[in-house]
Amino acid sequence: MIVRIPTPLRSYTEGAPAVEAAGATLEDLLADLDRRHPGIRFRMVDEQGRLRRHMMIFVERERCRDLSLPLAGIDEVTIMQALSGG
Amino acid sequence: MDLLIGTRKGAWLLSGDATRSGWESSEPMFLGHIIQHLVAGPDGTLLAAAKTGHLGPTVFRSTDRGRTWSEASKPPAFAAGDAHGRAVQTVFYLAPAPGDPGPAGQTTWYAGTSPQGLFRSTDGGDTWDAVTGWNDHPNWPMWAEWPDIEGTPDGSVLHSINVDPRDPQHLYLGLSGGGVFESLDGGADWAPLNRGCAMEFAPDPDAEFGHDPHCVRLHPAAPDRLYQQNHCGIYRLDRPGRTWTRIGDNMPRGIGDIGFPIELHPRDVDTAWVFPMDGTDVWPRTSPDGRPAAYRTRDGGATWHRQDRGLPRRGWLTVKRQAMTTDAADPVGVYFGTTGGEVWGSVDEGATWRLLASHLPEIYSVEVG
Repeated sequence: MIVRIPTPLRSYTEGAPAVEAAGATLEDLLADLDRRHPGIRFRMVDEQGRLRRHMMIFVERERCRDLSLPLAGIDEVTIMQALSGG
Repeated sequence: MDLLIGTRKGAWLLSGDATRSGWESSEPMFLGHIIQHLVAGPDGTLLAAAKTGHLGPTVFRSTDRGRTWSEASKPPAFAAGDAHGRAVQTVFYLAPAPGDPGPAGQTTWYAGTSPQGLFRSTDGGDTWDAVTGWNDHPNWPMWAEWPDIEGTPDGSVLHSINVDPRDPQHLYLGLSGGGVFESLDGGADWAPLNRGCAMEFAPDPDAEFGHDPHCVRLHPAAPDRLYQQNHCGIYRLDRPGRTWTRIGDNMPRGIGDIGFPIELHPRDVDTAWVFPMDGTDVWPRTSPDGRPAAYRTRDGGATWHRQDRGLPRRGWLTVKRQAMTTDAADPVGVYFGTTGGEVWGSVDEGATWRLLASHLPEIYSVEVG
């Protein structure tokens, strides 16, 4: 499926705004994304498997906080961040 | 010689000429990233402790003076399934251990984090492992300021990782808050080392830990001598003694002995610099009375002398704990960066100061490399 990458993480995708990755669940998808683009997952998910505070993942158009979410039939996942501060 | 500048919004190198009179700034590196610490190892490798407001914490390395960077393939992180559920929020402090080469002859590095974890790399900063003797010490939940990591502004931090140059198994840490801790066995076990330090914010004046060292320095040429700028004063400790002496009591009364950094002369064990700040009322942490100055002792803290020539007559500067340093030249150069984005330097051991760079973001660290 297509994974849309926000600008702060494009240093891991050689600048690509969208990349291919696969997985039965969101967690699997992030693991596959990290195999293809090493290091990208840890910037989004901490070592206890928790999505970092200001990261947001949308599965199709639904915001998702549960990384065990199955992705059967899903075509597009969008990673965003709640940009704030000065 | 370069000054390595870490800021809230990126990193810069300031390159000095042979006489240290001309300084040229690099273009920004990691623009927009929070660089808590930028440090050079003994082989010239640069390590940067980085995160952004949104992306997780990591470490980058450069072997070409910052032209190219590669991320640690295994950044500092607690174990998955950690009993306390800890996750590194910030890599705050980086320290090479020059006398302790790893298996492949590369520099050993330590990293201190928030929450107050300790991590070690034996391959020059590429892969990091937890120092479990610290992170999983049965007393860690008592010694470290946790889980209330937001309890202090910017979180509780492990900083001031000092490695005894005679014995790389001999380590000292500073925890803000938490205190000074010592290990004699490479980090397998630890003991608090805070006797003599005031703790004006806590009810028990004789507590073994819970103190708030801001900056702890072991003298590289005389490793039995330690200096400490604490939240509650300036201290000195001569090992094997275990009781710190408050040498800040000898500072002028109107200035006090509160500050963040303390920096040492590389050769003279009795010479050190501090940059006092206002610790009265609500703790502005700016220069006392808006009159910026460093203070130097040349007699191990018995007397202190004001050094403000060239600095603004009035100014509300703050110099953070990693934002002051000294070089190894003769006479010694002393440098500091401010939260207002200025870098000041002296090439005559603090007698006169010059502005070396301005209009940078808030400065978190200044190191020589």
